[in-house]
Amino acid sequence: MDKIAEFRTIVEHPYSYLQKLKDETGKKIVGTVCSYAPEELIFAAGALPVRLFGSDSGIHRADLHLQSYCCSLVRGILEEALSGRLGLLDGMVFPHTCDSIQRLSDVWRLNLVKPFHADVVLPVKLTTPSARQYLLDVLKKFKTDLECGLAQEITEAGLIHAVRIYNAIRVQMMNLYQLRCENPHMINGQDFHTIIRAGMIMEREAFLEDLAAIVSELTKTTSEKKPSHAKRLVLSGSICSHPDIYDAIETAGGVVVGDDLCTGSRYFEGVINENLPPLTAIAQRYAERASCPAKHAGLTNRGEGLLKMVKDCKADGVVFLFLKFCDPHAFDYPYLKEMLDRGKIPSLLLEMEEQTQAGGQLQTRLETFIQIL
Amino acid sequence: MNSSNSDFLKTLGIYLFGQAKKFSLRFKKAPTMKELMMVYYSEAKSAKLTGKKVAWITSGGPVEPLIAMDIIPIYPENHGAMIGASKMGAGLCEKAEAMGYSNDLCSYARSDIACATVNGGPIGGLPRPDMLVCCNNICGTVLKWYEVQARYFNVPLFILDTPFCHTGYSEEAARYVRAQIDEYILFIEETCKKKYDFERLRQVGHLSYEGQQLWQAVLDTAAHRPAPMSAFDAFYHLALIVTLRGTKEAVNYYQQLLSTMKDRVARGISVVPNEKYRLLWDNIPIWPRTRWLSQKFASHNACLVADTYTSAWCGAMKYIDESKFLDSMAEAYTRIYLNIGVDEMAKMVIEMIDKYDVDGFVLHSNRSCKPYSFGQLDIQRIVEKERGIPCLMIEADMVDDRSFSESQISTRIDAFMEIIKERKKI
Ligand code: SF4
Ligand code: SF4
Repeated sequence: MDKIAEFRTIVEHPYSYLQKLKDETGKKIVGTVCSYAPEELIFAAGALPVRLFGSDSGIHRADLHLQSYCCSLVRGILEEALSGRLGLLDGMVFPHTCDSIQRLSDVWRLNLVKPFHADVVLPVKLTTPSARQYLLDVLKKFKTDLECGLAQEITEAGLIHAVRIYNAIRVQMMNLYQLRCENPHMINGQDFHTIIRAGMIMEREAFLEDLAAIVSELTKTTSEKKPSHAKRLVLSGSICSHPDIYDAIETAGGVVVGDDLCTGSRYFEGVINENLPPLTAIAQRYAERASCPAKHAGLTNRGEGLLKMVKDCKADGVVFLFLKFCDPHAFDYPYLKEMLDRGKIPSLLLEMEEQTQAGGQLQTRLETFIQIL
Repeated sequence: MNSSNSDFLKTLGIYLFGQAKKFSLRFKKAPTMKELMMVYYSEAKSAKLTGKKVAWITSGGPVEPLIAMDIIPIYPENHGAMIGASKMGAGLCEKAEAMGYSNDLCSYARSDIACATVNGGPIGGLPRPDMLVCCNNICGTVLKWYEVQARYFNVPLFILDTPFCHTGYSEEAARYVRAQIDEYILFIEETCKKKYDFERLRQVGHLSYEGQQLWQAVLDTAAHRPAPMSAFDAFYHLALIVTLRGTKEAVNYYQQLLSTMKDRVARGISVVPNEKYRLLWDNIPIWPRTRWLSQKFASHNACLVADTYTSAWCGAMKYIDESKFLDSMAEAYTRIYLNIGVDEMAKMVIEMIDKYDVDGFVLHSNRSCKPYSFGQLDIQRIVEKERGIPCLMIEADMVDDRSFSESQISTRIDAFMEIIKERKKI
């Protein structure tokens, strides 16, 4: 599909896309580092929120600030910034998640002068009324910070519009997930990943339009369902910026039918209630969406969510995809694995660096795993 | 006393005696650290018999509300330090790895999680908790760690969420933490099925404040030249301000310790014979190597006169208002050393450099503790720029001995001391 080819160009060269957009429309670009960044507010301030990832050009400058036992995502993002490649950003937003992102914000604030730098210190627990009240208060404060930082008023109408656009994107994405789950061969993993990544970069209204077109085209073609013997897998973990992992899975005889990834369903899940005041409704979604392990939403909710996903997606197994040195995910792994074991669901753990390529060893491990399913 | 309890006391005795030899002190009017810790741990171990409740709590968590209700607070991190000091860390960490916990995780957490399942370690495991109290003012690790233990022991978990203060303490955060202090009190009432005793809390709050003031005063004595104590002594004497903060015992102990240090100052006694160079230490001690390191530095006539770690238990005193203990407690617990921005940490480091008049700065880049270690390189740069003193960063781990490369670190310390000696000549 041409649309996907366009997306691929954008995902591979995000900065040229952003620079061009900026030159042509004067749009402000705001970088974010995590799926808890309240993008709806940035959007309502007339700016484009862009999720940042590290580069694959090696880490040199970031070594002067962050030790080697910091995850490659955080080091990679800092490297991008220090190398000057993020010069086009008009601001940075750091939601509070893990200890590493927390310090990245400090290092950034001290070393990279940006017109606008916001910490959105969200609550860590999401389960109590006072935490939810605080979450709302933080969003209100963030709104004021954005208004000052970007010199742009955020109106009620603007917020309502933002919520509508984001909801529409999420609905379409969930449709796409559903379609893939029913007929995983209709779109290959790389293309699926490309769509997700494009949704973190592109001007959102344009993305929505293209996405809707892709989804409706795919809906038409899914009638020609092909029977398949590929093993159905769910991916669970932090970020996936390894498009080639999908190829590796497919070559090994597997296919991805669902995910619990930060660059995946955790980012898209949950529609904002359009009948509530927008900030209240936005806060509610952040409190209720599938949680990241850096947040507390209960003692076993992530495990239950994963089991449910495996069941709903009729998956044969789970592949955990972690970045090395990622504490929150590494802490949850043993209990998640145990819950899967109890449910007789096989799983495989792959620990990677953001910059690693899916190589031979990984291929072999995937093949061995998929064979036993 | 049952047999497992007496076994435990024996091992504790061995452990403390081994540790105590170098650093312990006898006082006229207060028991020794060993005696206090024996009483503390044996009371905790026999809580089931005496009907007292046991709460596991994070080292930076507000312990006063527990003490006021006669709940015995237990600190898995203190236990982690004991595991490290008794060189049992590597074994327990391996056990945790076998359980599926990555070896990149905090080694306090790893060794404690492993220890709970086998009742291993230097004191045969910690007494089972009736409740868990996790305050994330030190890191996100404790949240995950306490979730693990809450699932394992199946007991209630209270999370005191203290929003990180990158650049200040926001109004929203203040309201949120204050509200949680009330929730904390309710949690205690519910778990103990007893009405809360606010009068007792006032007294405990007062003792806690007094203890912190005394601890700060003890640390301050090292500003004297030559220093009557070193950071290594502080690592040892710290145990009470962590575990028994808010009790009369801690206050008595630190009163005695303070007068001992003052006496040493008056008589010009230095802890490092021939103290010539004074250093500041950053980050958690390398527990299995404290003795080696103290001897290593002493062999260069260098004394680590202060550190950023032990002072963390009195660093937020400025926010405490004794007449409004509950209100000010929210702020004091939120603005502790690890819960603030790197620039504010650097400011505190520079204040310490000036106060203790140090010649060099040693940073332990601690693989276990990410919030403490990330940002150190920037702090180092700020210190070099603002004060121009030599800095040394050594990479190790506070518990897991496998990350310690003795020959390499020894060479680097020698080289660092050469630089300091050169500079002092001029
Ligand atoms: S991968 Fe893990 S450690 Fe790294 S930024 Fe994400 S949550 Fe934090
Ligand atoms: S990560 Fe650091 S602050 Fe947290 S428990 Fe471990 S050593 Fe302590």
